[in-house]
Amino acid sequence: MADGSIGLWTVPLAVLGGAIRVSTPFLFVSLGECITERSGRINLGLEGTLVMGAMSAYGISYLTGSPWLGVLAAGITGALLGALHAGICSLPRVNDIAVGIALMLFGTGLAFYLGKPLIEPTAPRLPAIDFGWWSDIPQVRAALRVNVLFLIGVALAPILYWAFRTTRWGLLIRTAGESSDAARAMGHSVLLIRLRATMVGGFLAGIGGSFLSLFYPGSWNEGLSSGQGITAVALVIFARWDPLLCLWASLAFGGAAALGPALQSVGVTSGYHLFNAAPYILTLAIMIITCSPKRTLTGAPAELSITR
Amino acid sequence: MEFGRISRRHLLQGGAALTLGAAAGARPSFAAETTIGFIYVGSRDDYGYNQAHAQGAAALKKIPGLKVVEEEKVPETDAVEKTIESMINLDGATLLFPTSFGYYNPHMVKMANKFPKLHFEHCGGLWSDKDPKNAGSYFGYIDEAQYISGIVAGYTSKSGKLGFVAAKPIPQVLRNINAFALGARLANPKATTQVIFTGDWSMPVKEAEATNSLIDQGVDVLTCHVDGPKTMVENAARRGAMVCGYHVNQSPLAPKAYLTGAEWNWEALYPKFVKMIAAGESIPNFYRGGLKEEIVKTSPYGEAVSAEARKHADDVKAKFFSGDGYAIFKGGLVDNKGKTVIAAGTDRGQKDPELEKMDYLVEGVVGATS
Repeated sequence: MADGSIGLWTVPLAVLGGAIRVSTPFLFVSLGECITERSGRINLGLEGTLVMGAMSAYGISYLTGSPWLGVLAAGITGALLGALHAGICSLPRVNDIAVGIALMLFGTGLAFYLGKPLIEPTAPRLPAIDFGWWSDIPQVRAALRVNVLFLIGVALAPILYWAFRTTRWGLLIRTAGESSDAARAMGHSVLLIRLRATMVGGFLAGIGGSFLSLFYPGSWNEGLSSGQGITAVALVIFARWDPLLCLWASLAFGGAAALGPALQSVGVTSGYHLFNAAPYILTLAIMIITCSPKRTLTGAPAELSITR
Repeated sequence: MEFGRISRRHLLQGGAALTLGAAAGARPSFAAETTIGFIYVGSRDDYGYNQAHAQGAAALKKIPGLKVVEEEKVPETDAVEKTIESMINLDGATLLFPTSFGYYNPHMVKMANKFPKLHFEHCGGLWSDKDPKNAGSYFGYIDEAQYISGIVAGYTSKSGKLGFVAAKPIPQVLRNINAFALGARLANPKATTQVIFTGDWSMPVKEAEATNSLIDQGVDVLTCHVDGPKTMVENAARRGAMVCGYHVNQSPLAPKAYLTGAEWNWEALYPKFVKMIAAGESIPNFYRGGLKEEIVKTSPYGEAVSAEARKHADDVKAKFFSGDGYAIFKGGLVDNKGKTVIAAGTDRGQKDPELEKMDYLVEGVVGATS
């Protein structure tokens, strides 16, 4: 169009762009949580891990000038928080959900405390790859500016799917999650498997956080996560602990987050509170559709404290 | 409550030393060190609302004989009462600035009743006759500065489409949106201002999405009314759009894209308050003002602002400073649904209480309040 506007096409384009831009933290946290839960533990602390990851990535990127070092730092921070969760949970009669809630508060609190001096400075951001080069419409080009982390996340989902089915460590994680007795009988330490799975889960969640502060929205502030970590944990449940479904669910959530602002921008203004709440309504709807009182959740690892 | 008991004892012991407070009568200067407490709802370096207040507090720190204590991220619950009490009991604060809107009722009112000799100044303009006399509420007509931003934006926009990322459709926000849109129409009568409400004061992902959606719609100049404009400013500048700031000067975040902005001028007001108290004058309980009263100001123009825009904006700014004042909301005003909201012939000056009830978006704004 002559005035540079693309009219109603904004909405599908924004949903597509949103699915790419907003979904990455969901994707990393849910894949990480998927690994942890498959080993038989729930780590609710990933919200705290996400925020800590965002803060440490921003801080390291600011101090060293390298956003990739920031991503690495976020992953290590996440792995350490995961180790803390796993460590506490390996003590006898400790409830993993309660520890998770404690670590969620600990992680966000610590990140706010340490992140205080980072609110003002501007850190170097992660680069984007321009996948919209074929189009001369600026809106399309903007929507298709994709970050490498998103691509890594997208690749990770099928890799994990494959790994759970066919690799040795994938089977070990599943054994620990389905029957700790069986794993023990095979001569494996269930606690060690869960420690590693929780650390890997934390590593991925931390990287998810680095995306928030280093790419989109692209700066550190205290409202940055606004519950995305905890939403991603819920997302694993209705993705049925399946990494591929985690990918689709994350994309759907990212798209839903973009729906509210996009509809308002084309003039659909009534009920924007409802559209802004789209991700949460989506969660509720999927939960209601997929839950049944007559059976336990299909695909749920048998050792999880919510299914036991 | 433990604190309550300590405070009364403390007050009896130290009552004579309390130099502040209108009830204490005229005192020419600060006899001893005076402590002033500032309470912020968020982080004080957020490039937004709280930073504006912190800049005001920083101006007080420079005055000899004044000690400033600050606490950040105090929620708008009875947590603020505890903060106020500890500032009074432990730090000896005699003048308090709880700066967030939601601190006022019941929290600050309760504290003002409990400590009648101390002074409480709240930002938000909520004071009424029923409230304690040692409490006050001040606010600024920042829509005047938004009007100036609108003029600059109207000249700068090539598409004639402006964007406004707003938190909630409450009167103060609507007034800013409308002032911005009316200012833009002075520069370009065909300009439209598209508004997106994110639903809350701090929603960085929604703000970024709103910014992107607006730019996708052809918007090339954006402004906002959210707690931390950083997200909007950075994301808009990355997409090559121009921005007008809010709360404080955000030009360091986007030096090339920053046109001007509507800023609070607390660093001028707070020393004024302190001087009034020191001179024994009482601060009016309900304190208001705009550009002329130095409660709000505009950011210096960015390099992308044309000479024509500067001249027009400066002319209008001069009218705000003139003796007669200037009414943004003039008679014959139509809202964006075609309804006349201010009848022809009535000009609503800045102090008109009708403007505080604003529930409409003026013609030229694309969007709806619900």
